[in-house]
Amino acid sequence: MTRIGIVAELGRETRVAATPVTVKQLLGLGYEIVVEKGAGEGASFRDEAYAEAGALVVGADEAWGSEVVLRINPPTEDEIARLTEGATLIGSLSPGLRPELVEALAARPITALALDAVPRISRAQSMDVLSSMANIAGYRAVIEAAHEFGRFFTGQVTAAGKVPPAKVLVAGAGVAGLAAIGAASSLGAIVRATDPRPEVADQVKSIGGTYLKVEVAEEMKSTDGYAKATSEAYNARAAEIYSEQAADVDIIITTALIPGRPAPKLLTAEDVASMKAGSVIVDMAAGQGGNVEGSVAGERIVTDNGVVILGYTDLPARLPAQASQLYGTNMVNLLKLLTPDKDGQLRIDFDDVVQRSVTVVREGEKTWPPPPVQVSAAPAVTTDAGTAAENPAPKTKQGVSTAGKAGLFAAGIAVLFGINAVAPAPLPQHFTVLMLSIVVGFYVIGKVHHALHTPLMSVTNAISGIIVVGALLQVTSENIVMQVLAAVAVLLASINIFGGFAVTRRMLAMFSAGKARS
Amino acid sequence: MTDTVSGPLTADSIAGAAYIVAALLFILSLAGLSKHEKARAGVVYGITGMVIALAATIWLTLQDAWGTGHALTGLGLLVAAVAVGGAIGLWRARVVEMTGMPELIALLHSFVGLAAVLVGWNGHLEAPALSSDLTAIHHAEVFIGVFIGAVTFTGSIVAFLKLSARMKSSPLMLPGKNAINLGALAAFIALTVWYVNDSQLWLLIVVTVLALGLGWHLVASIGGGDMPVVVSMLNSYSGWAAAAAGFLLNNDLLIITGALVGSSGAYLSYIMCKAMNRSFISVIAGGFGIAAPASKGDTDQGEHREITAEATAEMLTNASSVVITPGYGMAVAQAQYPVAELAHQLREKGVNVRFGIHPVAGRLPGHMNVLLAEAKVPYDIVLEMDEINDDLGDTSVVLVIGANDTVNPAAAEDPGSPIAGMPVLKVWEAENVIVFKRSMATGYAGVQNPLFFRDNSQMLFGDAKQRVEDILKAF
Repeated sequence: MTRIGIVAELGRETRVAATPVTVKQLLGLGYEIVVEKGAGEGASFRDEAYAEAGALVVGADEAWGSEVVLRINPPTEDEIARLTEGATLIGSLSPGLRPELVEALAARPITALALDAVPRISRAQSMDVLSSMANIAGYRAVIEAAHEFGRFFTGQVTAAGKVPPAKVLVAGAGVAGLAAIGAASSLGAIVRATDPRPEVADQVKSIGGTYLKVEVAEEMKSTDGYAKATSEAYNARAAEIYSEQAADVDIIITTALIPGRPAPKLLTAEDVASMKAGSVIVDMAAGQGGNVEGSVAGERIVTDNGVVILGYTDLPARLPAQASQLYGTNMVNLLKLLTPDKDGQLRIDFDDVVQRSVTVVREGEKTWPPPPVQVSAAPAVTTDAGTAAENPAPKTKQGVSTAGKAGLFAAGIAVLFGINAVAPAPLPQHFTVLMLSIVVGFYVIGKVHHALHTPLMSVTNAISGIIVVGALLQVTSENIVMQVLAAVAVLLASINIFGGFAVTRRMLAMFSAGKARS
Repeated sequence: MTDTVSGPLTADSIAGAAYIVAALLFILSLAGLSKHEKARAGVVYGITGMVIALAATIWLTLQDAWGTGHALTGLGLLVAAVAVGGAIGLWRARVVEMTGMPELIALLHSFVGLAAVLVGWNGHLEAPALSSDLTAIHHAEVFIGVFIGAVTFTGSIVAFLKLSARMKSSPLMLPGKNAINLGALAAFIALTVWYVNDSQLWLLIVVTVLALGLGWHLVASIGGGDMPVVVSMLNSYSGWAAAAAGFLLNNDLLIITGALVGSSGAYLSYIMCKAMNRSFISVIAGGFGIAAPASKGDTDQGEHREITAEATAEMLTNASSVVITPGYGMAVAQAQYPVAELAHQLREKGVNVRFGIHPVAGRLPGHMNVLLAEAKVPYDIVLEMDEINDDLGDTSVVLVIGANDTVNPAAAEDPGSPIAGMPVLKVWEAENVIVFKRSMATGYAGVQNPLFFRDNSQMLFGDAKQRVEDILKAF
């Protein structure tokens, strides 16, 4: 049976990679679990609780010696050395940002899986730690801001005077941004949000924010679920919006991150200087260089004009119990995927895009970066910054297709004209009748209530029994063969007419009786 | 036929007037279906129109041939045929189960198709005395009428067989099926030209066989999931068959009615194709251009959770709002009565119960509405997908009864899914989803449904009717 080790984190990290609840789930997958002594202390999970859940509480060496080691933060060089041969390490390794770590891991005959590298596809949502941690961080950012902010969030009218509501700007409406918007608006603040992806407008609105659209010609379509770099025209207009907003709002929370690149600068020193004293900025991207000029990763800064800039990078760790539970569940979901038979045997299937994507090192062999995964079917209109020349392409294509439609329409009209121009006497009249009837038919049917489509079909069915008229005209023919054929046609059409109308009546009778019960 | 007889009040002029009145009544009949309240009056208009049309025609045809021997035989045959046909029609209409409606309607379409073929054949046998121009046109009309009629006939038969599970519902995948369809069409055009120049009986036989084969192949190539579109498409074809007969017989009433029915069926098919995000052309052309689905469905979806009927009952009792989304499975299990009773009891308890109907739920447009109406569910709580989709997020419990593809989140979220982009009921946004299902098998589209593995969904296995009755007992 494979043994999983839950090891303690280093430094100020308060989270832990598994909680007593998730330990039980891991046991259910057939694994044996050991927990390093005191691993859950920071998140208020005591060793006894782990023992009760069925884990063995052991020393650090024994925990690191397990076949599978679960971790939150990337390991140090010393810790990598502690892993046994053939062991599997699972944690948030941020392989894209730390190539030296990937090399260090690949130097050992081990397997390393980065939980923060799951692709953003629906199936992998349940193991996406970036989302689950961002959600917590967004919430906590608002709480931190509220703590620093010397006022209410909500507006009130009291006997001691009127309190205006706080105005909050959230830059970036990803998971963290949306969580922040939701938390701030439920505290009663007026919340505005910006994001280069216009499709998030509805999401922002749905949780109580107002979406500030950056009005430029180009639009951004994301094909991998993450925001991308933006064009110059866009950036210029966005910068104006940030300047306007900075002078107006009390709290700014920035969440803008682009994977594998430094965070974009959204607020300049001038913007910060224009803010009112006592305003608060939470720069959630401080760890990747910061969205705000003057923010320092992990620090609280007070500017000359009295604006507080929080650059905390440990926001999820400030809700350790919750964060550990969500992280632990993401971990369990990944292990479920890796343990298809629930027999405690870890298997990595490279044909599965999720398993391929998370694998950074396999048995000492570097497998990073994985092939890209497309998560959106939207046509990948290239969003390369500034290449305006690419924009006309889709437009001309559309022009062709409308021209094509117009061409087909014109051809159809021409054929109709041609037939009628050369056809002898009765035919054009018949076409007149046919055309008018088709048009009448379309308009009449378009108005039919959706719920009555079945009765509509049976009634048109009955009416199409009108073919009987043709048969009737032939039934008195002098030719006995014709008479018989016509009689058979009459018989068939009669079934239609009588059956169709009768069944329609039966259905409609049920519909009108429906009201009686309510 | 409409010989140009001058003078007031001839048989022809009276028949012509009757036809115009009948055509108007047919239009009113369809217009009546725009509202539930007016729908029954609409049927009365339709019946009246039919009676007027038939009376006028019978009078006209008898008057023309009165006193001859064959008129008597004709009259005898006529009375017998109408009596037998009418009796069969009324009997079928009386005994058909509401769940069997799609099959019946498909079968009725085939009758129109066959009748059109017979009328066309008679058109050939009759050989009217006409100028050469008109004779050519007459021949073309015979040919086209027979062709459309025969396609409708076999197409409807196949649809009937598929719907009544007498034939496998999976699409027939002949190699080069598009070439077969196009080839048949090309052959038809060539044969038409030939027949117009030289009207031989054997050409007519060949085209009939060709069209019968084409109709069979067209519908056999369409999967069971597309059957609602096929049924309304055949409805459309049967209309065009009648219109073609109208051209042949110089009869405006047939043209008007045929065009009404034809455009009605085409419009319905179009609505449904939009609801399924399918190309209209590809469906009516018999699965034209449908590639094999990207095999992506076998990946591990995770685990589903089961729930008991008792736990479901408790959850429903504590819910503030419940939405029921039925599918074909409800029709198969005949569960509409217990489901209606469930809705009724929950409403008595003050729970806000509504039904969400996907446009292509069932095997016929509006199929679910008919079933729920049969079970006397008030129609004001039966809502369309667009009406209910935005409310699903605020719903406590969604009961998915025998629906699968119409509630599949893959359509909205997985671009590699064969049903990607099809609008679906977003049931997964609700607090809890309970899925009534016989097993974990896939739906008609053959696509795995990630809904079953969501954290907020639970499965209630077994026959839908049985399970709903269990819930009712547990209240």
